[in-house]
Amino acid sequence: MLTTVTWVLALIFFSPVLWMVLTSFKQESAAASDPPVFFFAPTLDQYRAVLDSGAGSYFANSAIATGVSTILVVILAVPASYALSIRPVKKTSDVLFFFISTRMLPVVAVIMPIYVIAGQLKVLDNVWTLVVLYTSMNLPIAVWMMRSFFLEVPGEVLEAAQMDGAGLMKTLVRVLMPMVAPGLAATALICVIFAWNEFFFALILTAGQSATVPVFLVSQMTSEGLFLAQLSAASVLASLPVVIAGWVAQKQLVRGLSMGAVK
Amino acid sequence: MSTLVERQQVRARKAATEREGGGMSSAEGWRRRLPLLPALIFTLIVTQVPFLFTIWYSLQNWNLLRPEGNKFVGLANYVDIFSDSTFRGAALNSVLFTVACVFFAMLLGIIFALLLDRSFAGRGVVRTLLITPFLIMPVASSLLWSISILNPSYGLLNWVIGLVGIPPVDWTSQHPIVSILMALVWQWTPFMMLLVLSGLQAQSKDVLEAAQVDGAGWWRTFISVTLPQLRRYIELGILLGAIYVVNTFDQIYLMTAGGPGTASANLPFYIYQRAFLGFDIGQAAAMGVVVVIATIIVATLALRLIFKSFDVKD
Repeated sequence: MLTTVTWVLALIFFSPVLWMVLTSFKQESAAASDPPVFFFAPTLDQYRAVLDSGAGSYFANSAIATGVSTILVVILAVPASYALSIRPVKKTSDVLFFFISTRMLPVVAVIMPIYVIAGQLKVLDNVWTLVVLYTSMNLPIAVWMMRSFFLEVPGEVLEAAQMDGAGLMKTLVRVLMPMVAPGLAATALICVIFAWNEFFFALILTAGQSATVPVFLVSQMTSEGLFLAQLSAASVLASLPVVIAGWVAQKQLVRGLSMGAVK
Repeated sequence: MSTLVERQQVRARKAATEREGGGMSSAEGWRRRLPLLPALIFTLIVTQVPFLFTIWYSLQNWNLLRPEGNKFVGLANYVDIFSDSTFRGAALNSVLFTVACVFFAMLLGIIFALLLDRSFAGRGVVRTLLITPFLIMPVASSLLWSISILNPSYGLLNWVIGLVGIPPVDWTSQHPIVSILMALVWQWTPFMMLLVLSGLQAQSKDVLEAAQVDGAGWWRTFISVTLPQLRRYIELGILLGAIYVVNTFDQIYLMTAGGPGTASANLPFYIYQRAFLGFDIGQAAAMGVVVVIATIIVATLALRLIFKSFDVKD
């Protein structure tokens, strides 16, 4: 009985996604019909239309902004969280609070100066501007998450490494990294999700040349009327990378999202 | 648990270094600080420098549509904000969206988590179905909701309520706030569910059995045993959810454009409107500063609360 209830609730909750996927395989006439059409001959026309409409460059921009910013976040966050956990600096909690406070500040409060500064530096509509901003957006969360993973490394391991005379780099790369690898993967995944889905910066700071996938989706909506089925296909394609990554890493995802603060 | 362990480890390590060298030498201090500096300096520059500019802009009368340029007006922008009823409305909407979304998402999240915390056929599949809304790109889900689900003429929701005889509703223009909340709650429920679920699975089975032996019913056990144990997870979900939901922009921009009028605008959307459609840089900057101050106050209180509850629980 409870199992049936659970299944029904889950299917209702999932139905918007299912509807989006179904719509993406319809012809336009069947997509916007009243009453809705549930049985139809599926077609790949919409996916073809999306790929033909130059989606490639948007996906490339998103991939660069997401990939490079995630790599930068990891490069910056790992040593920082090491300094905040394994060999803590003074005022560790102040530094941690500072990092997380930057994430709480509304983005909209800094967007105008960023827009003006980017304009003066001639880096408007430049994907590398997004790389810098996405790095700063994800860095605080990554520092918090990585720190909590580092704290789980048993002290004996570090002492052993010290006894063997391993330096900072060696300890980090040889001893610590393998132990926190799953945590690092979860951290990177979170950064990828937030960067891939980010819309606000991309909307304001990019145009045709460096626009990302969310901007592409919106452009699909406004250009020459509304093509519901095609928009659905574009939405499916846009969401797919993150959905698949999230499905694969469900368990690490929750650990990462809770920043490891709760165990 | 982790907090106390963390603190002990930190304390032990500090004590160890102090024993070794009788306090940290300044060279040692710098050696420790060095790995932190790149991240700290990067964050300081990218987040704090623009904010200093925002404060500066907020003291100017600067509208890009007026050719005379900007001039220093002191706190006039701030005075204007507090007499701006749209700003108050947007602030109220921000609070409403955040509180209502976090509340309903948490409520549904707890229900789903309880249903999932049993073994049954297809549990993995159900969990996968339930977390998917969180993974869908917010822009995609906003478009999906406003166009595919809530559309007055061919939307799925009107068809469903039509089956039970309810006449069609023009959701996004008649009930913009409810419409946005539907999409927001749908997106955030999986996040709350995952957090609560990990809390449920960390729960010790002994206590549950003891409650059963004492003859406590399901509801009684839930209220007096499970819920208190979940407290930290629920608080964390509320804090993290609130941080993100208060900044909601995508759903409002794409589903209602803040309308009709400014009925469903929240602060991020209204500031965006003032800055990038009204070109009123000074006003928008002052609003940004006000929002930041309000956020700092709320966030500090919330963080204190959550840290405190972690310590007490340990």
